[in-house]
Amino acid sequence: MAAKTLYDKLFDSHIVTEENGTALIYIDRHLVHEVTSPQAFEGLKLANRKVWRVNSILAVPDHNVPTTNRSTGVAGIADSISRLQVQTLDENCAEYGVTEFKMNDVRQGIVHVIGPEQGATLPGMTVVCGDSHTSTHGAFGALAHGIGTSEVEHVLATQCLVQKKSKAMLVRVEGTLQKGVTAKDIALAVIGKTGTAGGTGYAIEFAGLAIRALSMEGRMTLCNMAIEAGARAGIIAVDDTTINYIKGRPFAPKAAQWDAAVKYWRTLHSDVGAKFDAVVELNAQDIQPQVTWGTSPEMVVGVDGKVPSLDMAKNEVQRADWTRAYTYMGLQANTPMSEITIDKVFIGSCTNSRIEDLRAASVVVKGKHIAPNVKLALVVPGSGLVKAQAEQEGLDKIFIAAGFEWREPGCSMCLAMNADKLAPGERCASTSNRNFEGRQGQGGRTHLVSPQMAAAAAVAGHFVDVRTFS
Amino acid sequence: MQAFTRLNGLVAPLDRANVDTDAIIPKQFLKSIKRSGFGPNAFDEWRYLDHGEPGMDNSKRKLNPDFVLNKPRYQGASILLTRENFGCGSSREHAPWALEDFGFKVIVASSFADIFYNNCFKNGMLPIVLPAHAVDALFDAVSGQVGYQLNIDLEKQIVMTPDGKTYTFEVDKVRKHNLLNGLDDIGLTMQQQNKIKAFETKHKLAQPWLFS
Ligand code: SF4
Repeated sequence: MAAKTLYDKLFDSHIVTEENGTALIYIDRHLVHEVTSPQAFEGLKLANRKVWRVNSILAVPDHNVPTTNRSTGVAGIADSISRLQVQTLDENCAEYGVTEFKMNDVRQGIVHVIGPEQGATLPGMTVVCGDSHTSTHGAFGALAHGIGTSEVEHVLATQCLVQKKSKAMLVRVEGTLQKGVTAKDIALAVIGKTGTAGGTGYAIEFAGLAIRALSMEGRMTLCNMAIEAGARAGIIAVDDTTINYIKGRPFAPKAAQWDAAVKYWRTLHSDVGAKFDAVVELNAQDIQPQVTWGTSPEMVVGVDGKVPSLDMAKNEVQRADWTRAYTYMGLQANTPMSEITIDKVFIGSCTNSRIEDLRAASVVVKGKHIAPNVKLALVVPGSGLVKAQAEQEGLDKIFIAAGFEWREPGCSMCLAMNADKLAPGERCASTSNRNFEGRQGQGGRTHLVSPQMAAAAAVAGHFVDVRTFS
Repeated sequence: MQAFTRLNGLVAPLDRANVDTDAIIPKQFLKSIKRSGFGPNAFDEWRYLDHGEPGMDNSKRKLNPDFVLNKPRYQGASILLTRENFGCGSSREHAPWALEDFGFKVIVASSFADIFYNNCFKNGMLPIVLPAHAVDALFDAVSGQVGYQLNIDLEKQIVMTPDGKTYTFEVDKVRKHNLLNGLDDIGLTMQQQNKIKAFETKHKLAQPWLFS
């Protein structure tokens, strides 16, 4: 039998039928949130269709929920349009019998945090969600990707998705990361190398020693950002780290089924000799803590670096892009990253809001205080359970003593759909995944960094190299 | 879904690479639970001088005179010409909804982000990938001639310029067929119900834990 990539194995094992290179693939897990689902449920209703398999769905409100006082529940969401969207999700889930972790359930959180946390994301699954960062779940050896609302409706009605097979890219990271360098820095370094369109048309498998050494949290951070490299899916092979993480979680298989599942999961890796359409190689040792300087994740440099000058651009289109980015970001070419001062800090999002991220950031701020020029520093845990765990470990106290605000879980200032946002011109060190114009608030300026780097910037008031920061 | 066969339309140039979905339709408008009405807020942050929020009367807002789509010569355009990696970022289908509602039926670029590309077809829109040199030539032509139109023929897979020059483009067979005939994906898949059920039975036997 020909050697197969992990992507081949996952795709091929879900083909219901195939014609002319277009396949109908079966979906095992469907995650749903309030922003991209209302029109899908409405479409279903209008066409008088039923939900195909309701126990494949897990729903949660996350994008619109407030991160401050939630004591009055959904009725207390100040923005009436946001409130209606959350209410609509509650109503649709009730009507169709969909399992939902409502706003004040301790299990509520960002959809890409709670799936894995609950064991609802398992190796070998196909996972979809009306959200591009669904690539996160590929960390478990699952085929996971974001879909549009029409496809959400399609999956609700048929449990299937019409798909063409992607090409396969291998990103191999060998060696050992330096202390203070994280999965986030690997992700940004890869995007810096391939560009934001480098992975378009591909599913990326991340492999190599440095990837094997990552925790599940780190692997999720990395796969989360596969979409920022243009790839709909990022995948990592199953190993002991994967299996140990899943064991005992609420939705994970139990008893005899567990053993059978593990036996199957152990086969979820690319075969020796499997062919990839593209290979990108990095040495972990060379990766610096990364900071983005512009308005696309590919506009990134090491913290020792400077804002690049126009003569470094590869062509006219990129020169125009960079010129616009200088203006929008209020930066000049050749400014050292360490001289850039910040106004706000955001530690959160489906990229970096898990317990390990909060622990790492807390170590950096412990016993220190945010700089006087930092107007607001937020920590927004990825889920109610992450928050509870962090509080049990006393992390909340460390952050609060350092001048951070400790918030309720949700997407928050990752996309600023709720009240948490940047004012025009404000500059933010953010652990999220997109630095697009206006992403964190109109006119807001986002610099993407790891949790440790965000924490260090909060204390210093400007970007600093966390490797030497004390 | 509405069928798409042929279009002869005015072209508007958006000369930027990596136009992301946050730019196409900013997040505050994603709070809507409807599928329509996003057109007035397409490119909101570039298009208006003030900050837009849902529920505002957009006809009273001050337009940014420098934004290309506000120029009188491009009013009524149905073809958007742009650069590489158009539609990168989120999976929000609100992006094609907004462009469609604005009046665009065809988007020509040197490349698209995957999810956006896919979402276009679900809404009767045709995204066309042309080589970068062809896109360059079209940008020159559009700026050089007021009222510049292109003729798009999906059946023949060609883009024709006013002087008769043609560019061919690739499109997946199944997508082409569905778009030409305005077929509804869900309806088509429902015709495969028996196969889905058969797969499900087999899948459940092999991996019962997926179904509990
Ligand atoms: S945290 Fe940000 S990127 Fe993640 S799902 Fe929420 S809005 Fe999207």
